[in-house]
Amino acid sequence: MMIFTLAQRELRSLFLSPLAWSILAVVQLILAYLFLTQLNEFLTLQAQLKMIEGAPGATDLVILPLYGSATFILMMVVPLLTMRIISEERRSRSLPLLFSAPLSMSEIIIGKYLGIFSFLIMMIFMISIMPLSLLFAGNIDLGLLAAIVFGLILLVAAFAAVGLYMSSLTQQPTVAAVSTFGILLLLWIIDWAGAKTGEDGASELLGYLSMLRHYEGLAKGVFSSADVIYFILFISTFLILSIRRLDADRTKG
Amino acid sequence: MVNTLIQVEHLSRTYGSLQAVNSINFELSQGEVLGFLGPNGAGKSTTMQMITGNLAPSQGRIKICGIDLLEQPKLAKAEIGYLPEQPPLYRELTVDEYLQFAARINRIARNKVATVVDRAKQRCGLEQTGKRLINNLSKGYQQRVGIAQAIIHSPSIVVLDEPTVGLDPIQIREIRDLILELGKEHGVILSTHILPEVQMTCDRVQIISQGQLVYADRIENLNQRMQATSLVIGLQNSPMTDALAAIDQVDAIDDLGDGRWRIHYQPENSPAEILVTQAVEYNWGLYELTPEYKSLEQIFVDITTAEQMHSQQLNLEEQVA
Repeated sequence: MMIFTLAQRELRSLFLSPLAWSILAVVQLILAYLFLTQLNEFLTLQAQLKMIEGAPGATDLVILPLYGSATFILMMVVPLLTMRIISEERRSRSLPLLFSAPLSMSEIIIGKYLGIFSFLIMMIFMISIMPLSLLFAGNIDLGLLAAIVFGLILLVAAFAAVGLYMSSLTQQPTVAAVSTFGILLLLWIIDWAGAKTGEDGASELLGYLSMLRHYEGLAKGVFSSADVIYFILFISTFLILSIRRLDADRTKG
Repeated sequence: MVNTLIQVEHLSRTYGSLQAVNSINFELSQGEVLGFLGPNGAGKSTTMQMITGNLAPSQGRIKICGIDLLEQPKLAKAEIGYLPEQPPLYRELTVDEYLQFAARINRIARNKVATVVDRAKQRCGLEQTGKRLINNLSKGYQQRVGIAQAIIHSPSIVVLDEPTVGLDPIQIREIRDLILELGKEHGVILSTHILPEVQMTCDRVQIISQGQLVYADRIENLNQRMQATSLVIGLQNSPMTDALAAIDQVDAIDDLGDGRWRIHYQPENSPAEILVTQAVEYNWGLYELTPEYKSLEQIFVDITTAEQMHSQQLNLEEQVA
Protein backbone atom coordinates (compact mmCIF):
# COMPACT_ATOMS: atom_id res chain seq x y z
CA MET A 1 0.00 0.00 0.00
CA MET A 2 2.72 2.40 1.05
CA ILE A 3 4.68 1.36 -2.02
CA PHE A 4 1.97 2.75 -4.28
CA THR A 5 1.81 6.01 -2.36
CA LEU A 6 5.55 6.41 -2.86
CA ALA A 7 5.34 5.41 -6.52
CA GLN A 8 2.54 7.89 -7.10
CA ARG A 9 4.56 10.72 -5.54
CA GLU A 10 7.60 9.82 -7.62
CA LEU A 11 5.56 9.80 -10.82
CA ARG A 12 3.92 13.09 -9.92
CA SER A 13 7.26 14.77 -9.24
CA LEU A 14 8.55 13.48 -12.57
CA PHE A 15 5.66 15.07 -14.43
CA LEU A 16 6.12 18.30 -12.49
CA SER A 17 9.61 18.65 -13.90
CA PRO A 18 10.12 19.82 -17.47
CA LEU A 19 12.73 17.10 -17.93
CA ALA A 20 10.22 14.26 -18.15
CA TRP A 21 8.02 16.12 -20.62
CA SER A 22 10.90 17.09 -22.87
CA ILE A 23 12.27 13.55 -22.84
CA LEU A 24 8.85 12.19 -23.79
CA ALA A 25 8.58 14.71 -26.60
CA VAL A 26 12.07 14.22 -28.00
CA VAL A 27 11.91 10.43 -27.95
CA GLN A 28 8.51 10.48 -29.61
CA LEU A 29 9.67 12.91 -32.25
CA ILE A 30 12.79 10.98 -33.20
CA LEU A 31 11.02 7.63 -33.27
CA ALA A 32 8.10 9.03 -35.25
CA TYR A 33 10.55 10.32 -37.84
CA LEU A 34 12.28 6.93 -38.06
CA PHE A 35 8.92 5.20 -38.24
CA LEU A 36 7.76 7.37 -41.10
CA THR A 37 10.95 6.92 -43.13
CA GLN A 38 10.79 3.16 -42.66
CA LEU A 39 7.14 3.17 -43.63
CA ASN A 40 7.86 5.24 -46.69
CA GLU A 41 10.56 2.84 -47.78
CA PHE A 42 8.25 -0.10 -47.21
CA LEU A 43 5.54 1.47 -49.36
CA THR A 44 7.90 2.01 -52.29
CA LEU A 45 9.12 -1.58 -52.03
CA GLN A 46 5.66 -3.01 -51.50
CA ALA A 47 4.87 -3.63 -55.13
CA GLN A 48 8.04 -5.68 -55.68
CA LEU A 49 7.60 -7.55 -52.39
CA LYS A 50 4.21 -8.78 -53.50
CA MET A 51 5.85 -10.77 -56.26
CA ILE A 52 8.02 -12.77 -53.88
CA GLU A 53 6.64 -15.73 -52.01
CA GLY A 54 7.10 -15.45 -48.21
CA ALA A 55 8.60 -11.97 -48.43
CA PRO A 56 9.07 -9.97 -45.23
CA GLY A 57 6.00 -7.93 -44.28
CA ALA A 58 5.41 -4.64 -42.52
CA THR A 59 6.22 -6.18 -39.15
CA ASP A 60 9.73 -7.10 -40.23
CA LEU A 61 10.49 -4.06 -42.31
CA VAL A 62 8.91 -1.28 -40.23
CA ILE A 63 8.27 -2.46 -36.70
CA LEU A 64 11.50 -4.32 -36.00
CA PRO A 65 13.79 -1.44 -37.01
CA LEU A 66 11.58 0.95 -34.98
CA TYR A 67 12.05 -1.03 -31.77
CA GLY A 68 15.71 -1.53 -32.61
CA SER A 69 16.22 2.21 -32.55
CA ALA A 70 13.95 2.55 -29.53
CA THR A 71 16.17 0.31 -27.39
CA PHE A 72 19.22 2.39 -28.16
CA ILE A 73 17.48 5.72 -27.58
CA LEU A 74 16.01 4.47 -24.32
CA MET A 75 19.44 3.38 -23.18
CA MET A 76 20.51 7.01 -23.44
CA VAL A 77 17.32 8.44 -21.99
CA VAL A 78 16.63 6.20 -18.99
CA PRO A 79 19.75 7.38 -17.11
CA LEU A 80 18.41 10.93 -17.38
CA LEU A 81 15.12 9.89 -15.86
CA THR A 82 16.56 7.83 -13.04
CA MET A 83 19.44 10.11 -12.10
CA ARG A 84 17.47 12.20 -9.64
CA ILE A 85 15.49 9.51 -7.85
CA ILE A 86 17.66 9.33 -4.76
CA SER A 87 20.58 11.68 -5.36
CA GLU A 88 18.27 14.69 -5.55
CA GLU A 89 16.53 13.75 -2.31
CA ARG A 90 19.86 13.28 -0.65
CA ARG A 91 21.00 16.67 -1.86
CA SER A 92 17.87 18.53 -0.81
CA ARG A 93 17.89 16.57 2.46
CA SER A 94 14.36 15.33 2.13
CA LEU A 95 15.24 11.70 2.88
CA PRO A 96 14.58 12.11 6.64
CA LEU A 97 10.90 12.48 5.78
CA LEU A 98 10.90 8.90 4.48
CA PHE A 99 13.33 7.57 7.07
CA SER A 100 11.34 8.81 10.05
CA ALA A 101 8.03 7.60 8.66
CA PRO A 102 7.02 4.01 9.41
CA LEU A 103 8.47 2.68 6.14
CA SER A 104 11.08 0.03 5.51
CA MET A 105 14.03 0.62 3.19
CA SER A 106 12.63 -1.97 0.77
CA GLU A 107 9.32 -0.11 0.60
CA ILE A 108 11.12 3.14 -0.17
CA ILE A 109 13.26 1.63 -2.93
CA ILE A 110 10.51 -0.47 -4.50
CA GLY A 111 8.08 2.45 -4.34
CA LYS A 112 10.50 4.73 -6.12
CA TYR A 113 11.34 2.04 -8.63
CA LEU A 114 7.69 1.43 -9.44
CA GLY A 115 7.18 5.16 -9.92
CA ILE A 116 9.87 5.40 -12.56
CA PHE A 117 8.84 2.05 -14.05
CA SER A 118 5.30 3.22 -14.63
CA PHE A 119 6.66 6.30 -16.38
CA LEU A 120 8.70 4.06 -18.68
CA ILE A 121 5.64 1.90 -19.35
CA MET A 122 3.82 5.04 -20.49
CA MET A 123 6.73 5.84 -22.76
CA ILE A 124 6.68 2.37 -24.31
CA PHE A 125 2.93 2.67 -24.77
CA MET A 126 3.41 5.95 -26.61
CA ILE A 127 5.98 4.33 -28.87
CA SER A 128 3.76 1.32 -29.50
CA ILE A 129 0.85 3.45 -30.67
CA MET A 130 2.74 4.04 -33.92
CA PRO A 131 3.01 0.38 -35.06
CA LEU A 132 -0.52 -0.26 -33.80
CA SER A 133 -1.78 2.49 -36.11
CA LEU A 134 -0.78 0.23 -39.02
CA LEU A 135 -3.73 -1.97 -38.07
CA PHE A 136 -5.95 0.55 -39.84
CA ALA A 137 -4.17 -0.18 -43.10
CA GLY A 138 -3.49 -3.87 -42.92
CA ASN A 139 -2.30 -6.85 -40.93
CA ILE A 140 0.68 -6.95 -38.63
CA ASP A 141 2.05 -9.85 -36.63
CA LEU A 142 0.52 -9.04 -33.24
CA GLY A 143 2.24 -11.98 -31.55
CA LEU A 144 5.64 -10.74 -32.58
CA LEU A 145 4.75 -7.20 -31.58
CA ALA A 146 3.68 -8.40 -28.14
CA ALA A 147 6.95 -10.30 -27.73
CA ILE A 148 8.99 -7.26 -28.72
CA VAL A 149 7.07 -4.97 -26.38
CA PHE A 150 7.45 -7.46 -23.56
CA GLY A 151 11.18 -7.67 -24.24
CA LEU A 152 11.49 -3.92 -24.34
CA ILE A 153 9.65 -3.59 -21.02
CA LEU A 154 12.05 -6.06 -19.39
CA LEU A 155 14.97 -4.23 -20.93
CA VAL A 156 14.02 -0.74 -19.71
CA ALA A 157 13.09 -2.21 -16.32
CA ALA A 158 16.69 -3.43 -16.14
CA PHE A 159 17.98 -0.02 -17.27
CA ALA A 160 15.93 1.66 -14.54
CA ALA A 161 17.23 -0.72 -11.85
CA VAL A 162 20.83 0.17 -12.73
CA GLY A 163 19.92 3.86 -12.79
CA LEU A 164 18.27 3.65 -9.38
CA TYR A 165 21.32 2.01 -7.85
CA MET A 166 23.68 4.56 -9.39
CA SER A 167 21.47 7.35 -8.09
CA SER A 168 21.64 5.89 -4.60
CA LEU A 169 25.44 6.09 -4.65
CA THR A 170 25.85 9.80 -5.12
CA GLN A 171 24.54 13.27 -4.36
CA GLN A 172 25.14 14.50 -7.91
CA PRO A 173 22.42 13.60 -10.44
CA THR A 174 24.80 14.10 -13.37
CA VAL A 175 27.31 11.67 -11.92
CA ALA A 176 24.51 9.15 -11.54
CA ALA A 177 23.40 9.67 -15.15
CA VAL A 178 26.87 9.35 -16.64
CA SER A 179 27.78 6.24 -14.66
CA THR A 180 24.44 4.61 -15.42
CA PHE A 181 24.94 5.20 -19.12
CA GLY A 182 28.49 3.85 -18.87
CA ILE A 183 27.36 0.63 -17.23
CA LEU A 184 24.48 0.13 -19.64
CA LEU A 185 26.68 0.67 -22.66
CA LEU A 186 29.29 -1.69 -21.27
CA LEU A 187 26.70 -4.39 -20.61
CA TRP A 188 25.35 -3.83 -24.10
CA ILE A 189 28.64 -4.34 -25.92
CA ILE A 190 30.34 -6.71 -23.49
CA ASP A 191 29.92 -9.68 -25.84
CA TRP A 192 31.82 -7.95 -28.66
CA ALA A 193 35.02 -8.35 -26.70
CA GLY A 194 34.13 -11.95 -25.99
CA ALA A 195 33.60 -12.68 -29.66
CA LYS A 196 37.00 -11.27 -30.58
CA THR A 197 39.19 -12.98 -28.00
CA GLY A 198 38.14 -16.31 -29.39
CA GLU A 199 38.44 -18.06 -26.04
CA ASP A 200 35.34 -20.14 -25.74
CA GLY A 201 34.81 -20.00 -21.97
CA ALA A 202 35.36 -16.27 -21.69
CA SER A 203 33.26 -15.31 -24.67
CA GLU A 204 30.45 -17.52 -23.50
CA LEU A 205 30.44 -15.90 -20.08
CA LEU A 206 30.67 -12.37 -21.47
CA GLY A 207 28.01 -13.21 -24.00
CA TYR A 208 25.79 -14.42 -21.22
CA LEU A 209 26.24 -11.17 -19.31
CA SER A 210 25.30 -9.07 -22.32
CA MET A 211 21.84 -7.55 -22.13
CA LEU A 212 21.65 -7.32 -25.91
CA ARG A 213 22.00 -11.10 -26.25
CA HIS A 214 19.05 -11.70 -23.97
CA TYR A 215 16.92 -9.03 -25.53
CA GLU A 216 17.56 -10.19 -29.09
CA GLY A 217 15.84 -13.52 -28.47
CA LEU A 218 12.68 -11.84 -27.24
CA ALA A 219 12.81 -9.31 -30.04
CA LYS A 220 12.74 -12.13 -32.56
CA GLY A 221 9.62 -13.48 -30.91
CA VAL A 222 11.41 -16.33 -29.15
CA PHE A 223 10.08 -16.41 -25.63
CA SER A 224 12.80 -18.13 -23.63
CA SER A 225 12.35 -18.40 -19.88
CA ALA A 226 16.13 -18.23 -19.46
CA ASP A 227 16.11 -14.69 -20.89
CA VAL A 228 13.21 -13.65 -18.73
CA ILE A 229 14.92 -15.04 -15.63
CA TYR A 230 18.12 -13.20 -16.60
CA PHE A 231 16.25 -9.89 -16.54
CA ILE A 232 14.40 -10.67 -13.33
CA LEU A 233 17.66 -11.61 -11.61
CA PHE A 234 19.34 -8.53 -13.02
CA ILE A 235 16.60 -6.22 -11.75
CA SER A 236 16.39 -7.81 -8.30
CA THR A 237 20.16 -7.67 -7.87
CA PHE A 238 20.25 -3.93 -8.45
CA LEU A 239 17.18 -3.32 -6.30
CA ILE A 240 18.72 -5.25 -3.41
CA LEU A 241 21.98 -3.35 -3.85
CA SER A 242 20.03 -0.07 -3.71
CA ILE A 243 18.21 -1.12 -0.55
CA ARG A 244 21.50 -2.01 1.08
CA ARG A 245 23.04 1.26 -0.02
CA LEU A 246 20.17 3.28 1.42
CA ASP A 247 20.38 1.32 4.65
CA ALA A 248 24.07 2.18 4.82
CA ASP A 249 23.05 5.85 5.01
CA ARG A 250 21.50 5.01 8.34
CA THR A 251 24.28 2.86 9.74
CA LYS A 252 27.31 4.68 8.40
CA GLY A 253 25.84 8.18 8.50
CA MET B 1 0.32 8.58 36.15
CA VAL B 2 3.40 9.76 34.34
CA ASN B 3 3.71 8.16 30.97
CA THR B 4 7.27 7.60 29.80
CA LEU B 5 7.49 8.21 26.06
CA ILE B 6 11.19 7.93 25.38
CA GLN B 7 13.74 5.92 27.25
CA VAL B 8 17.32 6.23 26.08
CA GLU B 9 20.01 4.08 27.62
CA HIS B 10 23.75 4.36 27.08
CA LEU B 11 23.32 5.76 23.61
CA SER B 12 26.58 6.17 21.73
CA ARG B 13 27.56 6.95 18.19
CA THR B 14 30.95 7.07 16.56
CA TYR B 15 31.86 8.36 13.12
CA GLY B 16 35.11 6.57 12.39
CA SER B 17 37.33 7.65 15.25
CA LEU B 18 35.14 10.60 16.23
CA GLN B 19 32.94 9.96 19.24
CA ALA B 20 29.93 12.13 18.42
CA VAL B 21 27.65 10.96 21.22
CA ASN B 22 28.96 9.19 24.28
CA SER B 23 26.72 7.06 26.48
CA ILE B 24 23.74 9.35 26.92
CA ASN B 25 20.82 8.41 29.16
CA PHE B 26 17.55 10.29 29.39
CA GLU B 27 13.79 9.98 29.51
CA LEU B 28 10.86 12.00 28.29
CA SER B 29 7.38 11.94 29.80
CA GLN B 30 4.05 12.88 28.31
CA GLY B 31 3.18 16.57 28.43
CA GLU B 32 6.78 17.59 28.79
CA VAL B 33 8.99 19.84 26.68
CA LEU B 34 12.60 18.81 26.90
CA GLY B 35 15.25 21.25 25.74
CA PHE B 36 18.51 20.02 24.30
CA LEU B 37 21.15 22.67 24.61
CA GLY B 38 24.64 22.59 23.27
CA PRO B 39 27.17 24.40 21.14
CA ASN B 40 27.57 23.49 17.48
CA GLY B 41 28.96 20.02 16.97
CA ALA B 42 28.09 18.91 20.48
CA GLY B 43 26.07 15.94 19.27
CA LYS B 44 22.54 17.37 19.47
CA SER B 45 21.57 16.58 15.90
CA THR B 46 23.21 13.16 16.02
CA THR B 47 21.15 12.31 19.11
CA MET B 48 17.96 13.53 17.44
CA GLN B 49 18.72 11.52 14.30
CA MET B 50 19.20 8.42 16.40
CA ILE B 51 15.99 8.70 18.38
CA THR B 52 14.02 9.26 15.17
CA GLY B 53 15.56 6.26 13.42
CA ASN B 54 17.50 8.25 10.83
CA LEU B 55 20.81 7.05 12.17
CA ALA B 56 21.69 3.72 13.72
CA PRO B 57 23.37 4.03 17.13
CA SER B 58 26.76 2.41 17.62
CA GLN B 59 25.65 1.32 21.07
CA GLY B 60 22.72 1.67 23.40
CA ARG B 61 18.99 1.26 23.43
CA ILE B 62 16.10 3.52 22.48
CA LYS B 63 12.58 2.75 23.57
CA ILE B 64 9.70 4.71 22.10
CA CYS B 65 6.50 4.25 24.15
CA GLY B 66 7.96 0.98 25.37
CA ILE B 67 8.75 -0.26 21.83
CA ASP B 68 12.37 -0.89 20.94
CA LEU B 69 13.24 1.35 18.00
CA LEU B 70 15.89 -0.99 16.66
CA GLU B 71 13.84 -4.17 16.93
CA GLN B 72 10.48 -2.86 15.72
CA PRO B 73 11.31 0.28 13.78
CA LYS B 74 7.97 0.56 11.98
CA LEU B 75 5.88 0.44 15.17
CA ALA B 76 8.18 2.83 16.98
CA LYS B 77 8.44 5.32 14.12
CA ALA B 78 4.66 5.64 13.95
CA GLU B 79 4.87 7.40 17.33
CA ILE B 80 7.44 9.97 16.23
CA GLY B 81 7.26 13.17 14.26
CA TYR B 82 10.58 14.69 13.29
CA LEU B 83 11.65 18.03 11.92
CA PRO B 84 15.35 17.90 10.98
CA GLU B 85 17.56 20.96 10.91
CA GLN B 86 16.67 21.46 7.30
CA PRO B 87 12.97 20.77 6.71
CA PRO B 88 12.60 17.71 4.42
CA LEU B 89 10.42 19.30 1.75
CA TYR B 90 9.54 18.41 -1.82
CA ARG B 91 9.74 21.86 -3.28
CA GLU B 92 7.93 21.01 -6.50
CA LEU B 93 4.74 20.12 -4.62
CA THR B 94 2.11 22.42 -3.16
CA VAL B 95 1.66 22.55 0.61
CA ASP B 96 -1.53 20.48 0.37
CA GLU B 97 0.01 17.82 -1.84
CA TYR B 98 3.05 17.58 0.37
CA LEU B 99 1.06 17.26 3.59
CA GLN B 100 -1.24 14.69 1.99
CA PHE B 101 1.79 12.64 1.06
CA ALA B 102 3.25 13.00 4.56
CA ALA B 103 -0.08 11.85 6.02
CA ARG B 104 -0.25 8.85 3.71
CA ILE B 105 3.26 7.57 4.43
CA ASN B 106 2.49 7.89 8.13
CA ARG B 107 -0.35 5.44 7.62
CA ILE B 108 -3.30 7.80 7.90
CA ALA B 109 -6.34 6.16 6.29
CA ARG B 110 -7.25 7.65 2.92
CA ASN B 111 -10.63 8.98 4.09
CA LYS B 112 -9.07 10.78 7.06
CA VAL B 113 -6.26 12.47 5.14
CA ALA B 114 -8.21 15.65 4.39
CA THR B 115 -9.23 16.22 8.02
CA VAL B 116 -5.73 15.55 9.28
CA VAL B 117 -4.16 17.90 6.75
CA ASP B 118 -6.62 20.67 7.60
CA ARG B 119 -5.92 20.28 11.29
CA ALA B 120 -2.14 20.40 10.85
CA LYS B 121 -2.44 23.45 8.59
CA GLN B 122 -4.62 25.21 11.09
CA ARG B 123 -2.26 24.48 13.97
CA CYS B 124 0.73 25.78 12.04
CA GLY B 125 -1.03 28.81 10.56
CA LEU B 126 -0.92 27.53 6.99
CA GLU B 127 -4.62 27.89 6.12
CA GLN B 128 -3.97 30.48 3.42
CA THR B 129 -1.01 28.73 1.79
CA GLY B 130 -2.44 25.31 0.90
CA LYS B 131 -2.43 25.88 -2.86
CA ARG B 132 0.99 27.47 -3.04
CA LEU B 133 4.17 25.76 -4.17
CA ILE B 134 6.53 25.06 -1.28
CA ASN B 135 9.39 26.41 -3.35
CA ASN B 136 7.76 29.85 -3.45
CA LEU B 137 7.19 30.10 0.29
CA SER B 138 9.38 32.15 2.59
CA LYS B 139 11.79 30.42 4.94
CA GLY B 140 9.45 30.90 7.88
CA TYR B 141 6.55 29.30 6.08
CA GLN B 142 8.71 26.44 4.85
CA GLN B 143 9.67 25.85 8.47
CA ARG B 144 6.00 25.75 9.40
CA VAL B 145 5.32 23.22 6.66
CA GLY B 146 8.15 21.19 8.18
CA ILE B 147 6.49 21.34 11.59
CA ALA B 148 3.08 20.53 10.10
CA GLN B 149 4.64 17.44 8.52
CA ALA B 150 6.05 16.38 11.91
CA ILE B 151 2.72 16.63 13.75
CA ILE B 152 0.44 15.44 10.97
CA HIS B 153 -0.14 11.95 12.38
CA SER B 154 -0.53 13.23 15.99
CA PRO B 155 2.55 11.37 17.16
CA SER B 156 3.21 10.90 20.88
CA ILE B 157 6.62 12.48 20.45
CA VAL B 158 7.58 15.49 18.39
CA VAL B 159 11.29 16.03 17.80
CA LEU B 160 12.29 19.47 16.55
CA ASP B 161 15.88 20.19 15.61
CA GLU B 162 16.58 23.94 15.86
CA PRO B 163 13.09 24.94 14.71
CA THR B 164 13.58 28.69 14.97
CA VAL B 165 16.87 29.10 13.09
CA GLY B 166 16.69 31.72 10.38
CA LEU B 167 13.26 33.06 11.31
CA ASP B 168 12.33 36.65 12.11
CA PRO B 169 11.37 37.59 15.69
CA ILE B 170 7.63 37.44 15.06
CA GLN B 171 7.86 34.02 13.46
CA ILE B 172 10.08 32.85 16.31
CA ARG B 173 7.43 33.89 18.81
CA GLU B 174 4.71 32.13 16.86
CA ILE B 175 6.71 28.93 16.64
CA ARG B 176 7.47 29.09 20.37
CA ASP B 177 3.76 29.41 21.10
CA LEU B 178 3.16 26.43 18.86
CA ILE B 179 5.78 24.40 20.73
CA LEU B 180 4.15 25.31 24.06
CA GLU B 181 0.82 24.18 22.70
CA LEU B 182 2.27 20.94 21.37
CA GLY B 183 3.82 20.30 24.77
CA LYS B 184 0.37 20.07 26.31
CA GLU B 185 -0.57 16.90 24.43
CA HIS B 186 2.62 15.48 23.02
CA GLY B 187 6.06 14.99 24.41
CA VAL B 188 8.36 17.45 22.71
CA ILE B 189 12.12 17.38 22.33
CA LEU B 190 13.62 20.61 21.14
CA SER B 191 17.24 21.22 20.28
CA THR B 192 18.65 24.70 20.16
CA HIS B 193 21.65 26.78 20.97
CA ILE B 194 19.49 29.78 21.85
CA LEU B 195 19.23 29.81 25.61
CA PRO B 196 16.22 32.12 26.16
CA GLU B 197 14.25 29.81 23.90
CA VAL B 198 14.76 27.00 26.38
CA GLN B 199 13.79 29.28 29.28
CA MET B 200 10.58 30.24 27.55
CA THR B 201 9.40 26.91 26.24
CA CYS B 202 10.94 24.00 28.12
CA ASP B 203 10.05 22.15 31.31
CA ARG B 204 13.38 20.40 31.50
CA VAL B 205 16.82 21.14 30.15
CA GLN B 206 19.68 18.93 29.14
CA ILE B 207 23.01 20.40 28.23
CA ILE B 208 25.17 18.36 25.94
CA SER B 209 28.78 19.07 25.26
CA GLN B 210 31.27 17.00 23.28
CA GLY B 211 28.83 14.14 23.08
CA GLN B 212 28.14 13.92 26.80
CA LEU B 213 25.28 15.07 28.96
CA VAL B 214 26.81 17.55 31.33
CA TYR B 215 23.67 18.91 32.93
CA ALA B 216 20.09 17.76 33.21
CA ASP B 217 17.53 19.41 35.44
CA ARG B 218 14.15 21.08 35.61
CA ILE B 219 13.99 24.60 34.25
CA GLU B 220 13.07 26.07 37.69
CA ASN B 221 16.31 24.74 39.12
CA LEU B 222 18.21 26.19 36.25
CA ASN B 223 16.53 29.53 36.86
CA GLN B 224 17.48 29.27 40.51
CA ARG B 225 21.07 28.69 39.54
CA MET B 226 20.83 31.90 37.61
CA GLN B 227 19.88 33.91 40.66
CA ALA B 228 21.87 36.98 41.39
CA THR B 229 25.01 37.06 43.44
CA SER B 230 25.67 40.65 42.51
CA LEU B 231 23.86 43.95 42.12
CA VAL B 232 24.67 47.27 40.55
CA ILE B 233 24.25 50.42 42.58
CA GLY B 234 24.43 53.98 41.25
CA LEU B 235 25.10 56.87 43.61
CA GLN B 236 25.24 60.58 42.83
CA ASN B 237 27.31 61.60 45.84
CA SER B 238 29.82 58.83 45.78
CA PRO B 239 31.03 57.73 49.19
CA MET B 240 34.41 56.21 49.76
CA THR B 241 34.70 52.58 48.64
CA ASP B 242 35.52 51.71 52.23
CA ALA B 243 32.06 52.80 53.35
CA LEU B 244 30.52 50.26 51.00
CA ALA B 245 33.01 47.55 51.84
CA ALA B 246 32.26 48.04 55.51
CA ILE B 247 28.78 46.56 55.07
CA ASP B 248 28.75 43.00 56.38
CA GLN B 249 27.06 41.24 53.48
CA VAL B 250 29.32 42.74 50.83
CA ASP B 251 31.95 40.35 49.53
CA ALA B 252 33.68 42.41 46.89
CA ILE B 253 33.22 45.66 45.02
CA ASP B 254 34.01 46.60 41.41
CA ASP B 255 34.10 50.28 40.48
CA LEU B 256 32.23 50.72 37.22
CA GLY B 257 32.95 54.49 37.01
CA ASP B 258 30.42 57.36 37.03
CA GLY B 259 29.46 56.53 40.61
CA ARG B 260 28.33 53.01 39.73
CA TRP B 261 29.51 49.96 41.56
CA ARG B 262 28.95 46.27 41.21
CA ILE B 263 28.55 44.65 44.60
CA HIS B 264 29.09 40.92 45.00
CA TYR B 265 27.54 38.96 47.83
CA GLN B 266 26.85 35.41 48.94
CA PRO B 267 23.63 33.80 47.67
CA GLU B 268 20.54 34.61 49.76
CA ASN B 269 22.46 37.29 51.60
CA SER B 270 21.51 40.42 49.70
CA PRO B 271 22.76 43.73 51.03
CA ALA B 272 20.15 45.70 49.10
CA GLU B 273 18.08 46.77 52.12
CA ILE B 274 21.05 48.00 54.11
CA LEU B 275 22.44 49.80 51.11
CA VAL B 276 19.19 51.70 50.72
CA THR B 277 18.94 52.68 54.40
CA GLN B 278 22.56 53.80 54.39
CA ALA B 279 22.12 55.70 51.16
CA VAL B 280 19.26 57.65 52.74
CA GLU B 281 21.09 58.14 56.02
CA TYR B 282 24.31 59.50 54.50
CA ASN B 283 22.65 61.16 51.54
CA TRP B 284 24.52 59.23 48.83
CA GLY B 285 21.95 60.19 46.19
CA LEU B 286 20.85 56.71 45.18
CA TYR B 287 19.61 56.63 41.58
CA GLU B 288 20.04 53.00 40.56
CA LEU B 289 19.79 49.65 42.29
CA THR B 290 19.62 46.72 39.92
CA PRO B 291 19.85 43.07 40.94
CA GLU B 292 21.91 41.19 38.38
CA TYR B 293 20.99 37.79 36.99
CA LYS B 294 23.47 35.37 35.73
CA SER B 295 22.59 34.87 32.14
CA LEU B 296 21.89 31.39 30.93
CA GLU B 297 24.85 31.93 28.66
CA GLN B 298 27.11 32.33 31.66
CA ILE B 299 25.80 29.18 33.27
CA PHE B 300 26.15 27.38 30.02
CA VAL B 301 29.76 28.48 29.68
CA ASP B 302 30.39 27.64 33.35
CA ILE B 303 29.06 24.12 32.96
CA THR B 304 30.70 23.34 29.66
CA THR B 305 34.09 24.75 30.59
CA ALA B 306 33.98 23.00 33.96
CA GLU B 307 33.33 19.79 32.08
CA GLN B 308 36.22 20.44 29.74
CA MET B 309 38.54 21.20 32.64
CA HIS B 310 37.43 18.02 34.31
CA SER B 311 38.08 15.88 31.27
CA GLN B 312 41.43 17.56 30.69
CA GLN B 313 42.32 16.77 34.25
CA LEU B 314 41.32 13.17 33.75
CA ASN B 315 43.46 13.01 30.65
CA LEU B 316 46.40 14.42 32.54
CA GLU B 317 45.93 11.91 35.32
CA GLU B 318 45.76 9.13 32.78
CA GLN B 319 48.94 10.34 31.18
CA VAL B 320 50.68 10.50 34.55
CA ALA B 321 49.47 7.04 35.42
